[in-house]
This record gives sequence, structure tokens and C-alpha cells, in this order.
Amino acid sequence: MNVKYMFSFMAVILLFLLAYAGVEAAGLQVVFGIIIPYTALAVFIMGFICRIMCWASSPVPFRIPTTCGQQKSLPWIKQSKLDCPDTNGGVVLRMILEVVFFRSLFRNLKLRVKEGGKFYYGLEIFLWVGALAFHYAFFTVALRHLRFFTEPVPFFIKILEQLDGFFQFGLPIVYLSGIVLLAAALYLCLRRMLSPQVNYISLAADYFPLFLIIGIALTGILMRYFAKTDVVAVKELTMGLATFHPTIPQGIGGLFYVHLFFVSVLLMYFPFSKLMHMGGVFLSPTRNMPCNTRAERHVNPWNYPVEVHSYEEYEDHFRELMIEAGLPVEKKE
Amino acid sequence: MSDLPKSDELFAGLDHKPQKKDWMDTPVNIRKGMYCYSANPASMETLGAPFARKWNPLEEDWKLPENWQEIIHNGFRERLDRFRTFKVFMDICVRCGACADKCHFFIGTGDPKNMPVLRAELLRSVYRNDFTTFGKLLGRVAGARPMTLDVLKEWWYYMFQCSECRRCSVFCPYGIDTAEITIMGRELLNLLGLNIDWIATPVSNCYKTGNHLGIQPHAFKDMLDFFVEDIEDITGVNTEPQYNKKGADILFITPSGDVFADPGTYTCMGYLILFKYLKDKYGLDVTWSTYASEGGNFGFFTSHETMKRLNAKMYAEAKRLGVKWILGGECGHMWRVISQYMNTLNGPADFLEEPVSPITGTKFENAKSTKMVHISEFTADLIRHGKLELDPARNDNLKVTFHDSCNPARGMGMFDEPRYVIQNTCNHFYEMPANTIRENTFCCGSGSGLNAGEDMELRMCGGLPRANAVKHVRDKFGVNMLACVCAIDRAAFPDLMNYWVPGVDVTGVTELVGNALILPGEKERDTDLRGEALPGMEEDDAE
Repeated sequence: MNVKYMFSFMAVILLFLLAYAGVEAAGLQVVFGIIIPYTALAVFIMGFICRIMCWASSPVPFRIPTTCGQQKSLPWIKQSKLDCPDTNGGVVLRMILEVVFFRSLFRNLKLRVKEGGKFYYGLEIFLWVGALAFHYAFFTVALRHLRFFTEPVPFFIKILEQLDGFFQFGLPIVYLSGIVLLAAALYLCLRRMLSPQVNYISLAADYFPLFLIIGIALTGILMRYFAKTDVVAVKELTMGLATFHPTIPQGIGGLFYVHLFFVSVLLMYFPFSKLMHMGGVFLSPTRNMPCNTRAERHVNPWNYPVEVHSYEEYEDHFRELMIEAGLPVEKKE
Repeated sequence: MSDLPKSDELFAGLDHKPQKKDWMDTPVNIRKGMYCYSANPASMETLGAPFARKWNPLEEDWKLPENWQEIIHNGFRERLDRFRTFKVFMDICVRCGACADKCHFFIGTGDPKNMPVLRAELLRSVYRNDFTTFGKLLGRVAGARPMTLDVLKEWWYYMFQCSECRRCSVFCPYGIDTAEITIMGRELLNLLGLNIDWIATPVSNCYKTGNHLGIQPHAFKDMLDFFVEDIEDITGVNTEPQYNKKGADILFITPSGDVFADPGTYTCMGYLILFKYLKDKYGLDVTWSTYASEGGNFGFFTSHETMKRLNAKMYAEAKRLGVKWILGGECGHMWRVISQYMNTLNGPADFLEEPVSPITGTKFENAKSTKMVHISEFTADLIRHGKLELDPARNDNLKVTFHDSCNPARGMGMFDEPRYVIQNTCNHFYEMPANTIRENTFCCGSGSGLNAGEDMELRMCGGLPRANAVKHVRDKFGVNMLACVCAIDRAAFPDLMNYWVPGVDVTGVTELVGNALILPGEKERDTDLRGEALPGMEEDDAE
């Protein structure tokens, strides 16, 4: 049994019990329905901003983009504008591909040792597919949930819901995003547990958010399709939060509070964890800088003078030998 | 070196499956053949490096200063404040594992701590312990661990098992660059005087005598004179270069390895032939310098400051001589430094002109600020404009493949220029498999100052993926020559090829140019620059 994921698993179970018992046994609806969500949101926003500010406060002394394609050089050599952009526009495109399509992850190759001692590097797209599915499903789910915080519900959310429920099976209609989110999170989790290399590098901090998100997806799916939560009452609560007139309506079960608590924990955990890759991906100097290092001078704000061995010192040291060898010198004597 | 296992044994012993035990509970085992000797204190003192002393990595006591943990902690903080890369890369890794099997050292050793992610975790674990809330609160559960002597030794061992090739950074969804991590790690180790001698001594030499090998000015000239004689024997033309010439048009700087050892020397002969040709035909005025007689920069493998101190010579010499711009020879990390650091460190080079080829009139727009052009860019432009009279048939004995050196590949983006030169100077050119070239290229396994003799096993392991791809084209197309644009490649590959792919030789791109280029007034050549019979000349040879 792996301590790292057991620890994270137990932590999520504990959080579940805390919220469920807190509401069902101790009647702490106000705590779990109002105080914690507000706190979580505040921590998330403040924490996120602080972390970005903290990163931004360190300068970028050198321009060190990773050049993943042909540089701009002679006019007849075709530059790879996306992988080695020399303009800001090119960098924006490179970043869009990175952030929206996970381009670098798409490059992933898997090493296989073939018979006869040959290495082979084959395309390995499962991580890329899993990551894309996970992030887009999560994004869709989050957007869909705006329904709970707006009145009237904006048209684009309605369209999104229709697209999400495109296949029109089940009652209520099954939203694909929720199912994909759960499946992708489970895949990423199983990959972490079963792939020996990934398992070896994983920390408890890698399992915890996965379990938490699986918990969020599971409780959401349970509420929508099985436990039949009173949606009208839930919306009353969420609208109360959104309009800063929080209320605790009657008839909402413990499961909802668990769901809300999980989301709150995720928000609070976010700024202090690796989940900040969401902000960090924009700040990575190997990707977000133009590859024009020889054409434009980059200035290092803390560049300081250093001691060098000057030509004069060099010539003083070697003058006789240089003269003897017929090498030109500054001072003949 | 006699301890080096046979290549098939080494290959058979490869296992990429990590052990069960947690990596934090697996202490470092500093193994002979896998590490470089510690720095000679005298070399450390040349540049005033701290805590210069004799110490032995295999001994328990590394003779560290008493407050070494404090030095590391403060050094860590200072670098977090100075480098956004370092700060961001410490925080955002999600350990997705995409980088794991991208590292040539991991592929070649199977040591899980050579997975780029784990190499970075060696530092991150201490970062979390010292600088993050969760790390301070939860310790080990949050992936944090305190800085102990064992951790320090682990840092040292693995920071010198990374060649800063940046292959992992191509695949990282956040562009996390392990080279950057290793650079910081080595800077921190250097605060405690924990450098290796293969880096410290070249740095010291370069500082004092102008080049890594410590070749003094008169000897430098002697060595080039020797090549001039050889070339005259082969071609009948005297290619004597100019040294330290004030008012020359162009200053040429190349790694001193090209002057010193085969097969780099043949590349050097290529430069001499090319410059002679251009001088006679077009009046090109190039000078070499004995003061700036090193293109490479092992300071880059020590610290940013040391890099700057060594690199300063290039601009200083260009200014003293009053040249228009600088031309750079074939070298890997030299070009990473020139391309991504030099102008920032020691610029602006406003005393130089924007580089223009005096022969073709081509403006090298991409180098207009740094004012330094790569020999392959320069040569490709000449060929494109039909300015070189070439006889590629003189390279017909060669079946050539091209190794993209890591730094010109991933720190500069130079892929097509050297290929263009090769394809115009050779008739038989074959690419290695696509996933092992260009931005996916594999390191020679000896980069970043690791090309010593005592770490031969490490080098053979690290070079395995590259050698494996060469083997593929050797078996498939009969490739017998591995071309490259890097002096460390030229120094490291012969051993690597002998070990994994016997029968493949190593050449610089400009050596191929030197063979193919028809000098004005030359006699009929019957050998190439190596003294080997040219195609069709073998029979004469036998008589």
C-alpha cells in the first residue's frame, strides 16, 4: 500500500465526513454553506494574485526561450514561426497553442527498447488526450455551474448545456462533461498509481487534488442523477451567495454541503499548490519570450560589473613570448 | 577506465523500472566511473572561488564550511529573487512524467534520479522545506525534506549527471527547463567550493591564458602553423592566418579544442582553407586572436558570474582590434552563451557594426544586436550565392549523418544552415530517425563539462541514445561519418562511437567544406585533410 495516496485518500474521506457530519449531525449549515465558501473564495483570489505577484517580482535576467524549430536566419531558410517565433505575435500564437492545446505535451514520445537493442521513440498521446479531456471537461463543468449564480441564466450557458447534453440520453439528460471529468480524473489517477515511473515521482500532493476532484465529480453526479437534490433550494442558496445576501434554505441534504465543501477546499488549496500551474504556464520564460536573442538586446536589471582578465594583463604576462613568436603587441617593451 | 563494462553488458543491465523504495529513502551512491574528480584548489583560486580545498567525493567528510546549510539557504533565496525561471520552475511542476524518459542520462543509466522531474525534485524538496508554507507545516507529506549532508551529496552527484541539453524542456507542458535547475544547483554547490576539476581547471586556464587548454600565445600560433604546413602538403597552398590584427574586418573565435585534438583539428584546417579562399578570391580580412582564443565557456557550467567573466573577452578583443563584427566557429555551449547570454551580460556591442557579409552583401538580420555570426550561417550564405567553388566528390568516401548539437538546436534554433552546407559539400547524406534529431536531438552525453576521462561509464551511458540512432543509420545506409557543429561533440564522440558503433568517424561541418573547397592555384589533391586517399586516388596510393 502506498503511503502517499493513502494519505491523500484518507484526507479526502475525512473532509467528506467533516462536512457530512457537520451538517447532518451538528447542523452547521451556516458554516459549510456560507462562511467556508466565502472564505475559500477570498483565499483563492488573494492567494492567486499574491502568487502571481510573487513570481512577477523576480526579474527575467536572461532571454532563454527553448527553440523548438528553425530560427529566423537567412531569408531563404524557412523559419519555424510557431516553435521558434521571433516576434511578439509569434509568441502569442505559441502560447495559445501551449495553453489551449497543450502542444508540448502533444509531442510526447515513449521510449521502447526493441529487439536487437534498438531504441524506438513512439508517439504517446494518452497523457495528452487525458489531460485535454480533464481540463476541458472541468472547464465546461465550471462554466455550466454559472447557472447557479446568475438569474436570468445567460444564453451562452444554456447553449453550453444543450451542447453538453447533446446525446440526450438518460433522465435528467446526462451531461457529457461530468462523465468525462470523472473518467479523465480516474485515468490520471490510475496512471499515477500504475505506471512505475510516474508512481515513483508522485507525491501526496499529486494525489490529493485528484481525489478531491474525483470527490467533487462523484458528489455532483450523485446529486444530479441519483440522490435527487432539491435544485430550487440549492439555487436559492447559491444566488444568496452570489448576491451577498446569504441564506440557508430548508431541505438541502448533506451531500450538497459535501460537494460545496470539496469545492471550497480545492479553492483554498489552489494557490499553495502545484495547481498554480494554471497561472505559471503564462509566466514560463522558456515559452513566453521571442527567440530573437541575437537581434534584440535583452537587459538584465541586476547585471553587475565583474572582474575580468584584461588584454593588458594578458600581454604583460606573455609579451616576450608573443614578440618572439612574431605576434603583434601593444607595447614593444 | 579499465573498469568500464563491455557495451553489450552495459546495455543488458539497463532497467528503466524504478525500485520500490521511495526515492527520499534511497541514499546517494557515488559510484566510480559516474562522477568527475573534485576541483583542484589552485584552479579555484584563480577566479577567487570560495572554499577552495582538496576534498574527495568518495570520502565521508567533504570538509564543508561550518555554516554550509546557511550558505545554501541564503544562496537559494538570492537566486529565487533574481531568476523568475527558478521561482516558477520550483512551483509549477505537476509531475506529469512527460519528461521522464526524455533524458539521455535516464535512458542510458535507468537511474530514476536522472529523470528530469526527479533531478528538479532534489532541489524542490529543499525549497519546499525552506520556503513554502505547506512544506514547513507538513514536511515529508508535502514533499519537503531538510538539507542534510546526504542531500547535498545527492545534489552534487546528479547536478553533474545533467548536461544541460534542454531536451526535457521541449516536452514539458510548462517549459520547465532542467538546464536552468542544474545551472542553479551548480551555482549553489559552487558557493561551497564543490566544483569538478574538468570544469574548474579549464575555467582557470581560460581566464589566464585565453583558452580552456591553457595554450599560450606562441604555442597557439605554433599549432596553427602546424596545420598550415599540413594543408600546404595536401593542397600546395599556404593558408597562413593573421593573428591579433588591428583593423581586420572580422574577428574569428572558435573553441580551442579545435586547435588541440583530432578530429577537431581537421575542422580547424577547414577554417584556414575557407578563410584563405575568401581572402584570395574576395579579399576577406579575418583575424584570429590569441587573447580571445576560446569560444567555449566552461564558466557557464560554474555560475552566471563566471560565464560573464570569461565571455567578456570576446567583445573586449573585438573592440581592441577594431573589427566590424565577430564570426564564431563550431561549438555547442559557446553558441548558447552567445545566442542567449552574451549581449545581455557584456553588451551592448555598439562599437561593432551590424554584420554584413562583405562577399555576398547579405545582412545577418538575426545577429544585428549581438553582432556575432555562426560559421554555418556564414558558409551557407556563401554557398547559396555561388561564391564557393566546391567539389563534393572529394567527400564521396563518406556517408554522412548530422548530429544536432543540443545548444545550437534548443538554445539557438540552428537546424537547416549546417544541413545546407553538408548537402552542398557531400553527395551522401542520411538523416537519423526524426525523433532523435533537430529539437529532439540527443546529447553526446559529455556536455556541460562532463567530458572527463574518469567518468567514462557515465559518458557512455549518457551517449547511448545518440549512439543508438547512429547505429540505425550505420546499419541501414552504411553511414561512416558523424558530422556535428560542436567541439565537445568532436572530443566526445570518437570514444562513444568506438564503444557503441565502431566504424563511424566524427567530423566538423567545416572539415567537409575544407575537403570540397577548390583553392585558387591548388595542386591536385590525392588525400583529404586527414591524409586518407581521396576517392579514385587509392590505387596511386598503393603504388
